[in-house]
Amino acid sequence: MIWKPEFECADPADIRTLAGKRLRSLVEYVCANNPIYRKKLADAGVTPEKINSIADIVRLPVTVKDDLRDTYPFGLFCVPQKDVAEIHVSSGTTGNYTVVGYTKADLALWSDAVARSLAASGANPGDRLQVAYGYGLFTGGLGLHYGGLEMGLSVLPMSSGQTQRQLKLMQDFNCRVLACTPSYALHMAEEAKELGFDFSQTKWKIGVFGAEPWSNAMRQEIQDKWGLKAYDIYGLSEISGPGVANECEYQDGLHIWWDVFYPEVLNPDTFEPVPEGEPGVLAITTLTKQAIPLIRYVTRDVVTLNYAKCRCGRTCPRIGRVTGRTDDMIIVRGINVFPSQIEHALLKIEGTQPYYQLIVDRKAGGMDELEVLVEVEQSFFSDKISKLEALAATIRQKLHEALLVHVKVTLVEPKTIERSTGKSKRVIDRRKM
Amino acid sequence: MYTKQLSVFLGNKPGRLLEVCRLLGRAGVDIKAANIAESKDFGILRLIVDKCDEALAALKAASFSAECTPIVAVEVPDRPGGLAQILEAIEKAGLNIEYMYGFSIRHSDDALMVFRFDDAENASKALAAAGICIVTCGK
Repeated sequence: MIWKPEFECADPADIRTLAGKRLRSLVEYVCANNPIYRKKLADAGVTPEKINSIADIVRLPVTVKDDLRDTYPFGLFCVPQKDVAEIHVSSGTTGNYTVVGYTKADLALWSDAVARSLAASGANPGDRLQVAYGYGLFTGGLGLHYGGLEMGLSVLPMSSGQTQRQLKLMQDFNCRVLACTPSYALHMAEEAKELGFDFSQTKWKIGVFGAEPWSNAMRQEIQDKWGLKAYDIYGLSEISGPGVANECEYQDGLHIWWDVFYPEVLNPDTFEPVPEGEPGVLAITTLTKQAIPLIRYVTRDVVTLNYAKCRCGRTCPRIGRVTGRTDDMIIVRGINVFPSQIEHALLKIEGTQPYYQLIVDRKAGGMDELEVLVEVEQSFFSDKISKLEALAATIRQKLHEALLVHVKVTLVEPKTIERSTGKSKRVIDRRKM
Repeated sequence: MYTKQLSVFLGNKPGRLLEVCRLLGRAGVDIKAANIAESKDFGILRLIVDKCDEALAALKAASFSAECTPIVAVEVPDRPGGLAQILEAIEKAGLNIEYMYGFSIRHSDDALMVFRFDDAENASKALAAAGICIVTCGK
């Protein structure tokens, strides 16, 4: 079903007119409520009066992840803390986390966007939704939860893990919709097979999968194994969380809810708009957010945008599958990981050197594993196993704190990590996607 | 009097032990005893050699993480209760053993036992005072 046809199926000219008005209000709003934005816009020579239509968006300076990091924790917030109803945290490129806040209206906006996404995936009010994304600071779990509530689904807040229990409750409670990362969907299929699960008893008909890159081959595999239809959901916590865009029944690109999250495709170096249909980096402007509105936020995801009306009746543009990143971020079990975070964390542990290598692998069961190789420098060598194991445990714990994802730490001999042109080859991604 | 053990970090890869032994052979270092302590992902090679400092220099030049660790080597009488007698002296002195291993050398009937204590100097003094024969290896 189509949750908000008045926006999703509107005449694109009407949406552009609305977006232009909202953009003007947004610029007025950030200038009135945030000194950092005020200065940034003044430096760029932009005043609210100069924004008269959505075409004027190119006059505005872009926002990048470092703008969030440099103003940690609340620098870009535009409301007093008492009006911040909820906070989520994701990883930043170095040291500091990326903090996003939501007013109650922002939570309603997020809920609506996820409801649109669930509806596009074929969910109907009254369906039971099994949320197997992690709950917590990660936006996956609560985002799908709020969207489910908004849509009138019956929500089972499972969080991830405990496959046996997931399977039992899916059957006993007749859960029609599953939401989790695609790798967890595959992992559960593997475990179910080992447990001797009778796949004809599967209740899930719809899977809403996101928070990590996956291919059409993986989609096919998940659909074949579970006998459900698998939909790609896109989002990032900076914009709101999951549900910025979602596939419809034609699975031919992800519809972005452009009346609230206005997309542009930019040249990754110059940040100039690329010609329509060309690939570039996706930038999104949150037209109506209150707590931490972002103007032309550069996602670093490389995409194409298709403005043609879809067979489903929606007129909102479609994001082609994300084909890459313009930075070195990798996504592991739905969590963003930047190699620079590892370097930063290692430097803070006494005795360690910032020589490391990151190996990402997808296990047969579908779950991603992150292994960090750390060289045992002379300075922290010990003849006692217990001391070295304690060091590995410390590194493991510090990396977990920094990355918000579990890592396996392997100690290796000095100078064994490959160095190319003076710099280590930091990341080896062995996943086949 | 205490002596030194050459301790070397070994990554969990085939051929690393051979590489160490080759390097030491080329450096003219004689290995008297060898022992590996292993964990899941790495090992620590513990060697008693005739020239510990030269051996260490050769390994460091080849980018190994290694050190000369002070240890105490003692003669263990070759009879029932021989080791117990040594351990009694250690216990009496209130010393804590980090790890130990045994080896034998030619022209001696007695076994040799290597002990790793936190403070090798004090430990060797305490053992000598208890009448236990401390051995020095190499220089």
